[in-house]
Amino acid sequence: MKKALRWAVLLAPLAAFGADVLIQNGKIITVTKGRLDGSILIRDGKIVEVAEKILAPPGVQVVDAGGQYVIPGIVDCHSHIAAESINEGSVSVSSMVGIEDVLNSEEVSIYRALAGGVTTANILHGSANSIGGKCSVIKMRWGKDTAGLLFEGAKPGIKFALGENPKRRGDADNLQPGAVPRYPATRMGVEDVIRQAFTDAKIYQAEWNDHRAKGGNTLPPRRDLKLEPLVEVLEGKRLVHAHCYRADEILMLLRVADDHGFKIRTLQHVLEGYKVAKEIAAHGAGASTFSDWWAYKVEAYDAIPFNAAIMHKKGVLVSLNSDSAELMRRLNTEAAKAIKYGGLSEDEALAMVTINPAKQLMVDNRVGSIEAGKDADLVIYDKHPLSNYAKVQKVFIDGAMYFDRDKDLSDRAEKEARRKALTEQQRQQQKKTAPAKPAARRPA
Amino acid sequence: MNLFLSLLIAACGLLAQDVVIRNATIHPITGPQLTGSVVIKDGVIAEIGAKVVAPKGAKLVEAKGLHLYPGMIDSATVVGLTEISSVRETQDATELGDFNPQLRTIVAINPASEHIPVARSNGITSVITQPGGGVIGGQMALIHMDGWTWEEMAVSPAVALHLRFPLMSGGGGRRFGGGQGQQTSFAETRRRYEEQVQKLSQFLEESRRYQKAKAAAPKGFKIDLKFEAMIPVLERKTPVMMTAVRERAIKDAVEFAAKENIRIVLAQVREPGQALADIKAKAIPVILPGTHASPLEEDDAYDSQFTLPSELFKAGITFAFGTFDSSAVRNLPYQVASAVAFGLPREEALKAVTINAARIWGVEDKLGSIEKGKWADLILTDGDPLETTTQIRQMFIKGREVNLDNKHTQLYKKYLNRP
Repeated sequence: MKKALRWAVLLAPLAAFGADVLIQNGKIITVTKGRLDGSILIRDGKIVEVAEKILAPPGVQVVDAGGQYVIPGIVDCHSHIAAESINEGSVSVSSMVGIEDVLNSEEVSIYRALAGGVTTANILHGSANSIGGKCSVIKMRWGKDTAGLLFEGAKPGIKFALGENPKRRGDADNLQPGAVPRYPATRMGVEDVIRQAFTDAKIYQAEWNDHRAKGGNTLPPRRDLKLEPLVEVLEGKRLVHAHCYRADEILMLLRVADDHGFKIRTLQHVLEGYKVAKEIAAHGAGASTFSDWWAYKVEAYDAIPFNAAIMHKKGVLVSLNSDSAELMRRLNTEAAKAIKYGGLSEDEALAMVTINPAKQLMVDNRVGSIEAGKDADLVIYDKHPLSNYAKVQKVFIDGAMYFDRDKDLSDRAEKEARRKALTEQQRQQQKKTAPAKPAARRPA
Repeated sequence: MNLFLSLLIAACGLLAQDVVIRNATIHPITGPQLTGSVVIKDGVIAEIGAKVVAPKGAKLVEAKGLHLYPGMIDSATVVGLTEISSVRETQDATELGDFNPQLRTIVAINPASEHIPVARSNGITSVITQPGGGVIGGQMALIHMDGWTWEEMAVSPAVALHLRFPLMSGGGGRRFGGGQGQQTSFAETRRRYEEQVQKLSQFLEESRRYQKAKAAAPKGFKIDLKFEAMIPVLERKTPVMMTAVRERAIKDAVEFAAKENIRIVLAQVREPGQALADIKAKAIPVILPGTHASPLEEDDAYDSQFTLPSELFKAGITFAFGTFDSSAVRNLPYQVASAVAFGLPREEALKAVTINAARIWGVEDKLGSIEKGKWADLILTDGDPLETTTQIRQMFIKGREVNLDNKHTQLYKKYLNRP
């Protein structure tokens, strides 16, 4: 029933433009190449030209932005939407599992994220394990199936987690009665789990290298699905996104990575990143943080809204993320907080939700700014996107319009009618199939 | 001024120096915008105008190019009752037991909470702090965001009684069930609900009998603090803030209040549906939760929580906003601004966090606007206080200039300068 309703009411993808598109009359904030009042020409889903004046080629579909703001699609470097499950919490290292296997293309959060201007997101495994599961980068292609959501060619990722979350299951005092505590219970243990896993991964990698070096003529090593993703990390083929809070644990992970010769691609949350910004910058890790969450747990008590600005000023590549289906819908005004708290420029602030997260996910050749050659992932806002009064009007992904506020509004009456009809139909069906009242049992 | 007098004033701490704020763009909220000055005497607004006479010895604040607004009011918080959400020892909002009208939030407010200066620095000068336990949780307090003790912070220490109206639904959404894996039939859910409402009615009935008995003043009458606390409610002197989220709960709550003849303020209204007409007909004020929330149902419009304030406004209902939070109180203005993006007139949004809140809580003679005779709870800003990029430059609470520094600004300065 719920599923039928969802399909009928919500899943009405907008007609994608088959033809080329010309967005005219926009206040264009490219993020990387300044601003201009002008047009964007889109061909085969790619931006081909950004200029003050572009003559409409024959057959092109013209979209009049009406003097409104156009920015690149927002990129969220930390989200859990569209995933049927988040945490495989039974083991300390769960690198054998992956989000790709549990993606749900029908989850309404995708549409709502679109309506908030998000076009790309990093869907992460949870933070219950020191080394968690594999992550997937998706585009908000609402209406497409699961395979259609995946950001083709994006480097795969893996989640790590430090601090309170991974050690929670080791805390015997706070477990269900009868439950067995799971190692680790301390930050020391978290380091040990990660070091041991990479020590194992290196041995495994050496076994395979040896096998390959001998032309494959030896007995191949037994495949280990837990260690394979870690070997990919060692070989730079998989990006590490590490959940962390406190300065000490951040530094610990950077040193473990240095010792094993791999890189931490992003530190996630990284709320005390401002205390070790120098060390983060030196390692080359990106930082993907909340704008202003604090005080929800002990490790978040020193969180400050100036975190993004300090790290940025000290040379760290910083993005602002949501980790929430709700917050995801207004990352543009989260960016505004980097102006309020720390005095960044408008472009620096907008970069934190567009080109910076795109760089962190290594998809900045495709998305994150308005430039010729990039995917036509664009958002039109009625007011300046850093204003709390702005709302999203239209969203394009690969040149196709996936959200149109006018259409959303004009479709509501019809959707409501269909919802009512379906509910009524369901009610009638229930009446028909309801079992007849059992006859009163006669005494034998 | 002699030393003795200076010491006396310093010791009192409450006596503020007179202040004149000059050349500001003044937004009185209850009247038209003007450019001019505001004179603060003894903590109260003494004069507003294009030209004013500065009292002798008054401190001058030059505000050219800046905006003067009344301080903002968050109408539902747990400020002072919580410090770190995950640490049980820092939680003081939820007491044991279903009926605790005698509990006084005010006495548990920690004036040294780091959350207070953090929220204050974004323009919040007053909040309502509420208890959260049981059915009747206790007495809510309206406090100033400044003071050495909770006594100094108190504006209205027992501004309303907190009542969580029983919920018909056992689990979440429109389905009925007792949580994960447990299915509860509609009949059973209904029975439990009616039992809870019945218990609540009974408590009110017992309170009424107590009231009558006390009035009769029999010999050996025993004071009972629970029932004692109900008397101002039964006399309709103290309102009851009732939480009711959806249409059905709201209708039941409104009906219940009428039957029991108690004055109510509805809180956390999210999906009022047809109940809007009932709220309007009975002129019940509403404390809306923040707009930064997901729609309740997956087939709700994506913007349902953003448009709700505008719907209430169009229906002619008086409303204010509450964050129902502590660490996120500083985002109150932005929650309200999102309602403006989706149709609420900006002036109405400002009223909701100033004068309307003051009216709902019965303190419009002291708070909520820049008017002669009101307390000087003021913020001086470099722009629209509902916009994130605006900075709050100065704040006055009862005419005293308040320090806008906080834990976050201190850590910022410390670590920005780390070599």
